[in-house]
Amino acid sequence: MKQYEKVIGLEVHVELNTNTKIFCGCSTKFGAKPNSQTCPVCMAMPGTLPVLNEKVVKHAVAVGLATNCRISEFSRFDRKNYFYPDNPQNYQISQLYMPICHDGYVEVETDCGMKRIGIHEIHMEEDAGKLIHDDKTGCSLIDFNRAGVPLIEIVSEPDMSSADEVIAYLEKLRLIIKYLGVSDCKLNEGSMRADVNISVREVSCNGEKMPYGTRTEMKNLNSFRAIRHAIENEASRQIEVIENGGHVIMETRRWDEENGKSYPMRSKEDSKDYRYFPDPDLMPLILSKEYINKVAENRPEFREEKIARYVNEYKIPKYDAGILTLNVAMTGIFEETVKLCGLPKKVSNWLLGETMRLIKESETDPEDINVSPEKLSTIIKMCENGSINNTVAKEVFEKVFYENTDPEEYIKTNNLLMESKKEELASIIDTVLSENGKSVDDYRNGKDRAFGFLVGQVMKATKGKANPAVINKLLMEKLKS
Amino acid sequence: MELMDLTAKKAVEMIKNKEISATELVKAHISQIEKKEDILNSFISLDMENALTEAKKTDEMIGRGEDAGALAGIPIAVKDNICTEGLRTTCGSKMLESFVPSYDAEVVRRIRKAGAIIIGKTNMDEFAMGNSTETSAYGVCRNPRNTDLVPGGSSGGSCAAVASCESMLALGSDTGGSVRQPAAFCGVVGIKPTYGTVSRYGLVSYGSSLEQVGPVAKTVEDCALTLDVISGYDRKDSTSVKREYGFSDMTGQSIKGMKIAVPISSGAVVDNDICKNMEETVYKLKNAGAIVEEIEMTLDDYVVPAYYTIASAEASSNLSRFDGVKYGYRNNNYEDLHKMYKNTRTVGFGTEVKRRIMLGTFALSSGYYEDYYLRAMKVRALIAEEYKNVFDNYDVIMTPVSPVKPWNIGEGAKLPVETYKKDIFTIAANLTGMPAISVPTGLYEEGIPSAVQFMADCFKETNIIKVAHIIETV
Repeated sequence: MKQYEKVIGLEVHVELNTNTKIFCGCSTKFGAKPNSQTCPVCMAMPGTLPVLNEKVVKHAVAVGLATNCRISEFSRFDRKNYFYPDNPQNYQISQLYMPICHDGYVEVETDCGMKRIGIHEIHMEEDAGKLIHDDKTGCSLIDFNRAGVPLIEIVSEPDMSSADEVIAYLEKLRLIIKYLGVSDCKLNEGSMRADVNISVREVSCNGEKMPYGTRTEMKNLNSFRAIRHAIENEASRQIEVIENGGHVIMETRRWDEENGKSYPMRSKEDSKDYRYFPDPDLMPLILSKEYINKVAENRPEFREEKIARYVNEYKIPKYDAGILTLNVAMTGIFEETVKLCGLPKKVSNWLLGETMRLIKESETDPEDINVSPEKLSTIIKMCENGSINNTVAKEVFEKVFYENTDPEEYIKTNNLLMESKKEELASIIDTVLSENGKSVDDYRNGKDRAFGFLVGQVMKATKGKANPAVINKLLMEKLKS
Repeated sequence: MELMDLTAKKAVEMIKNKEISATELVKAHISQIEKKEDILNSFISLDMENALTEAKKTDEMIGRGEDAGALAGIPIAVKDNICTEGLRTTCGSKMLESFVPSYDAEVVRRIRKAGAIIIGKTNMDEFAMGNSTETSAYGVCRNPRNTDLVPGGSSGGSCAAVASCESMLALGSDTGGSVRQPAAFCGVVGIKPTYGTVSRYGLVSYGSSLEQVGPVAKTVEDCALTLDVISGYDRKDSTSVKREYGFSDMTGQSIKGMKIAVPISSGAVVDNDICKNMEETVYKLKNAGAIVEEIEMTLDDYVVPAYYTIASAEASSNLSRFDGVKYGYRNNNYEDLHKMYKNTRTVGFGTEVKRRIMLGTFALSSGYYEDYYLRAMKVRALIAEEYKNVFDNYDVIMTPVSPVKPWNIGEGAKLPVETYKKDIFTIAANLTGMPAISVPTGLYEEGIPSAVQFMADCFKETNIIKVAHIIETV
């Protein structure tokens, strides 16, 4: 059997989280009542005109810079003409001829070391509305709330050759964009969408590169799992076609995750002609060097830089830093908490240990965690100064994680403070001493091991909630008196 | 003196001085409409009741001593491709027979704010595609000077309304001469301002990169006054230019020493009377102290093809929003989406509109884009350069407005290309973005109005207003 390799390129759409749409002032908030976030412009009423939202430009430039792209000082918007009811103008305003960013790359970790994935271009465009098919009435309804929500499309070079590389590339893009804070990049909610272009080619025995095979485009990939499945499935399908003496047809296919199969969407004779031409309603976009520099200066600290700083400044292990920085929300909580209570390694332990456990337990999206640095630092401080012990601390933290409880108040109402337990503890110790006369005598006769036994008994009686140091101290006092 | 014979400028003055009332003025025009409209068909929709209410409000404001605006109480007719909130806007098409905009175009907001009173929406070639107002889905409009003749187009309704005193002022739109040519045919003044001077927000797009809303009036002064009101930066239109404008002060100034170029051998066959009218106008200009010289333009043969390629390309995309989904006409005979689109657009659009959509779709199609649209854009740049060079040495270019006089209704050229060629003199201003004015020079023997066009460099409206005012007064 011949050897084949996959050749994969990606088109990634990212919804930008601007407050308003790309060409009008309507809100972009997700989940509002259908058509409540529309105006004459994004409904394409006759006579209306688009006005570019400057925030979209800023975000696109920021992503371009972070992915080592060249930023076009002169770019333009084009109309992509096609009829479909979710698109009120029947053309989408996009950038074909002169995109805002081009010729960039990102580096991803693969099994064989770092690999550079080229970025052909990044362009700005508007999203379409949503069609809702009502089976009851047989009607199709349109919600234009999403029409005009800003998107950037990041087009990679065909530089990937495995599903692993594709996932690594997507993870990398997602992290960069999350660090920039310009999108929440959720595949399942559609704020990040990836279309996979894939072809296969024979690997020649002498290592020479063979020409590219015919590619297909795969759509409807809503999770990393689906992407992985679809790539393996499509590569096998193409190899089978070729092995059987057939030809792969250039087409767009739709992935059906449930059945683990893809179906042709448009193969047909209609390779679509979008009749792109420069949008005469929008002026060319001219960016000054100063503007681009300003965006560059305002860039955040990216992951690699954070890892280095955490190791240097906070002296935490590189392993800890690596995990903390996989999640932007986590880095925020980490840095804020350290600012409040110091003890970076302790803070890191809390986040990597207890927090991660609770994230898994509750099946929360790690990006959505909302632990207040103030509360976490309070718990850590109390734990450190012996006001509460570790077991109590974990109990309190769980309450904070799930219910955002105030830790101090919770400890007070539930009488968990070490100090307030002193009297209770003293009476427990008295009971333990009176019940274990023999051990008391043993201790007084110089058998030190008996002391440990008594501590254990007290611990048992308090169900582990007492601070061992406090037990030691009180017990010693009692035994000496 | 009849109220209708007043200039807008004089009428505003008299209304403000309470010599006449806005109500009287509006009523006079309404009675004129009642007299003439059956024959002329200048309007697609009338809004007379509302106009009287507005007039009453204006009179009350003036009664209270408030400033009622630069066009206080003046009846104005608005071309039916300019959106008016709550007032049907059809673009002369069946496609929008029931379309009532939810918002005012920026120009409408401005004229309302200036106190002008909208009395109706004027007839036009469907989606402004035509030069005779014969492609309207609401019946042909007739030339008030001779009702057998076309009024020109596409703003034929606006020009006929002003010429017949159905309205004192009007707004038109000019994508390839659509204000200037009907102004010439009807014997009124029309201006196509520099691209970017007047907001296009609310003007239903035909050729976005070419068109401007322009004023129509009986005098140059009234035209300039209206332009003052509608011009100015609008952030809702990205092609709007930020600068200060002032046009009405330019009337009544001398043109002594002004350099005027008259292009020869334009390639167009020009009617003899129109040539004679040009010669007479040159004589008048020289008498007024202007320096008039003949020049040669080399790219005239390309003006019409470049224009129709670009305008049609833009139109094919601009008009794609009329699909029966969101507003306007929907044909009820369909089994699926594709048929709904097809039947709606087949029935909703007229022949000329469909022709230009097909033409533009072709010009943008893959494999033809470079040869047609892109080449036309390159030609456009060359034409702009040639005109720019002329304006390095001259203040104004003078040409006829149209190579032919108004023709009999129904007797226009049967071949579309022959019809398109009649736009030869007006199109250059749209391709270059430069301002141009059409101003009456008198009457031909048979009683039809004669006119000339003056064109200037971008944002030099002052030059054409000055010279047109001289022509109007000598």
